[in-house]
Amino acid sequence: MPLLAAAKHALLVLLVSLVAILPARAQTVEDLVRQLPEGGFGDRSAVIAQLAATGDTRLVPVLEALGAGELNVVAETGQMVFVRPAGGNVAIRDALTGEDAGEVASGAVDRIRVNNAVRRAVRTAIGQLTLLSPDANTRQSAARAMFQAADPDNLPLLEEALAAEENPTVLRVVEQAWAVAILRTDAAAYDFSRAIDIIVERGDRHALGILNSVRANAPEEMTPRIEAGIASIESHLRMIDVAQNVWYGISLGSVLLLAAIGLAITFGVMGVINMAHGEMVMIGAYTTFVVQNIIRVSAPELFDLSLAFALPAAFLVTALIGIGIERGVIRWLYGRPLETLLATWGLSLIIQQAVRSIFGASNREVGNPSWMSGAFDFYGILITWNRFWIVLFALAVFLALLFVLKRTSLGLQMRAVTQNRRMASSMGIRTPWVDAMTFGLGSGIAGLAGVALSQIDNVSPNLGQGYIIDSFMVVVFGGVGNLWGTLVGAMTLGVVNKFLEPYTGAVLAKIAVLVVVILFIQKRPRGLFALKGRAVES
Amino acid sequence: MITRFLLNSLGGKVWIVVGILLAVAILVPASNLLLPVGHPLRVPNYMVPLLGKYLTYAMLALALDLVWGYVGILSLGHAAFFALGGYAMGMYLMRQIGDRGVYSHPVLPDFMVFSNWTELPWYWHGFDQFWFAALMVMLVPGLLAFVFGWLAFRSRVTGVYLSIITQALTYALMLAFFRNEMGFGGNNGLTDFRDILGFPIQAASTRATLFAATCVLLAITFVICAAITKSKLGKVMIAVRDAESRTRFIGYRPEYVKLFAFTVSAVIAGIAGALYVPQVGIINPGEFSPANSIEVVVWAAVGGRGTLIGPIIGAVLVNYAKTWFTSAYPELWLFALGGLFVAVTLLLPKGIVGTWNDFWAGRRDHKAARIAAAAEDEPPPPPPPAARQSQEAKPEPASKNTGARRSGPEPQPAE
Repeated sequence: MPLLAAAKHALLVLLVSLVAILPARAQTVEDLVRQLPEGGFGDRSAVIAQLAATGDTRLVPVLEALGAGELNVVAETGQMVFVRPAGGNVAIRDALTGEDAGEVASGAVDRIRVNNAVRRAVRTAIGQLTLLSPDANTRQSAARAMFQAADPDNLPLLEEALAAEENPTVLRVVEQAWAVAILRTDAAAYDFSRAIDIIVERGDRHALGILNSVRANAPEEMTPRIEAGIASIESHLRMIDVAQNVWYGISLGSVLLLAAIGLAITFGVMGVINMAHGEMVMIGAYTTFVVQNIIRVSAPELFDLSLAFALPAAFLVTALIGIGIERGVIRWLYGRPLETLLATWGLSLIIQQAVRSIFGASNREVGNPSWMSGAFDFYGILITWNRFWIVLFALAVFLALLFVLKRTSLGLQMRAVTQNRRMASSMGIRTPWVDAMTFGLGSGIAGLAGVALSQIDNVSPNLGQGYIIDSFMVVVFGGVGNLWGTLVGAMTLGVVNKFLEPYTGAVLAKIAVLVVVILFIQKRPRGLFALKGRAVES
Repeated sequence: MITRFLLNSLGGKVWIVVGILLAVAILVPASNLLLPVGHPLRVPNYMVPLLGKYLTYAMLALALDLVWGYVGILSLGHAAFFALGGYAMGMYLMRQIGDRGVYSHPVLPDFMVFSNWTELPWYWHGFDQFWFAALMVMLVPGLLAFVFGWLAFRSRVTGVYLSIITQALTYALMLAFFRNEMGFGGNNGLTDFRDILGFPIQAASTRATLFAATCVLLAITFVICAAITKSKLGKVMIAVRDAESRTRFIGYRPEYVKLFAFTVSAVIAGIAGALYVPQVGIINPGEFSPANSIEVVVWAAVGGRGTLIGPIIGAVLVNYAKTWFTSAYPELWLFALGGLFVAVTLLLPKGIVGTWNDFWAGRRDHKAARIAAAAEDEPPPPPPPAARQSQEAKPEPASKNTGARRSGPEPQPAE
């Protein structure tokens, strides 16, 4: 923080001194710009050099336009303008301020002519204005632009910048820009091999492209070096690809985990397949939508916190609906798991249609809070913030559920009922109450999943249906009555799916995963982490 | 002799149903073709394929009931077998179009020309012959069911797990058939059929014939199913349904019984699909959707699981209701269907036919008891109304036992 303040201070001093210096030269930037049309090409180059010395970044677009031959002067006033055709006339815009200056007849403006010498002067001036500017961001973006341009003509400027640069981040970019430019020349072997090293160090797809294009024209003795560089970049890229796929897999896996984990506990404890589970997810997403709407209307400043309000709301709403379903329908069907499956399927149809009637069939807009938008780069892996938070959220839900199961009395009772319902009942556990609570908990977690999914998926009445089969696969694959099984199942299916995708395409990958799970069930009919014991077998 | 055997062993009820089906097979086409337009008794043209569609659905429900009602396998993937049969028939019909397609290609169907295929994929060969297509209609679903069942039943995947993997099966097939690269028309499926066996598919006479064929085939499959369920094998099937482990310990091999029923059921579903496609005029991957398979289950459940007449009645009733709702109150249909699922499972677990049978069985008991009471002149103990259930209508013996209602079937000591 003090460093920043010091930097600010230094900048201020610099600015003040600049302002102090300018009048001494007796010529403002505006005056200098007006001198551009005067005289021959030689005079023009001189004016450009003077402009570069002012260090005023407003000049960059002016100079760029000049270099491209698109800068015009209004003959009467001498004003420098950009023009744009507007009917018979031209619309003009002040070059320095960028303000609209009305329209003039197309004959009233003259283009300022440039030749190659002037163009070179312009490029140097732009480079000086940006690459040597006091602002680090300006320098960095200038260096990036020069990296893209890869023009040997920039070399003197880049070398000047290399010598002057002190910020290590910017220095790296400048070095890279220099290296690219060097590789386009027949420079000395020393510079050339150093340039190759710098590019290899950059190590991304762009660097690979540069080395590949250089290889054809490079001097004989450099070829092995370039090829070694290409090989090392390629292996690095492969690793990044793998890491990126793992990340995508984990991201998909955490979505599956969120959707499946509630299903897993109701299935584990009650032996009940809840086909309406996907609809609980959907209701969670719609709760988010409603909460966000309320916040938008009543307290827009809290919008970034809307998810914090939506989570408990979604949990409560879906848990209550879940308990209602359990008390109203499912408890009459215990011991008949297949009938339960049908009845809950019927409920899912009713819930879907109800939501469609209330909210309409089209997608609803659920906003991302600002802290969930955008992405960041993690050692070459691109990670979007919403996926990142969802992975963390899924793990948090998992741990919370683990805590509930292992450390609370409800969890103890749930585990007892899972292992042996009749014995648990004999020991005084109120199994109907445990059933209702379990179903409520499972549904509530589905609601939480809905809040998370509303951030990455379309919120429509069909939201839940898309996840239900995948969730079943996770539960069946992972095994029942064991949360770790669900975690491992979700992550495995997610990662396998994402690893297959580049080779087979998304649809085939999904089919392959389904087939693998179907075959896996033959081998382990009770899933990866099956509970052992008599009661579970029946 | 065989006739007499069938008559005696299957009982009169089966032949009544067959008689009704055959009568419908004659009457509906006759009234459509012979009576003048506008006659009050005439079945309108649009109605014939619609009724035919209901009957193919009835056949599908019958197939599902054979495995669900009699062996206790809840398959949530029966629409897959139905659609595979339909695709086999659709491929035949596509080949019959010949060079009359939009692109006038002599061999390739339009969608292949459109997506730049140069030659027919190997699996399309032979489908220009009706006998081959008819064979495939039965072979493809049957083989898939055989392989799937062989794997699943041998490793004792049962109950909910089996339901879920059958659902995964049909879901995977749906995703696969949606791909254009599969060579089955992708999203659009197969449509724009012209001829079947040389007869124009749109003609009223062809449609009437198709309808009659559907009735006859439904009657035949009904008799086959009745013969299976009434045979000794049928008894073992019911034993497997009610107590699989006990059946195994007695010395039967439940996996083979299940495999047999599952394969036969898939073949019937395939035939139903093959009859469905020419009457509806299109087959697309949507037929594979898991929701369709679950809907079939509700047809069987409404009519009466574990009876053979039930699924037929259920399929026709539910689909008639669907036709009516989706034209009169489209937004209410899902409420009605969902409500039907819940109501049937909660209130009518034996379905219409099962409840009806129970009712009559109860009355008969009452009557018998009254006669006995009159004869002996003393009040008999009141007979429990549900004590005498016909064997067919007994889907879940354990569900009566409230003590064990939480833990599935009756506890089996050796397990």
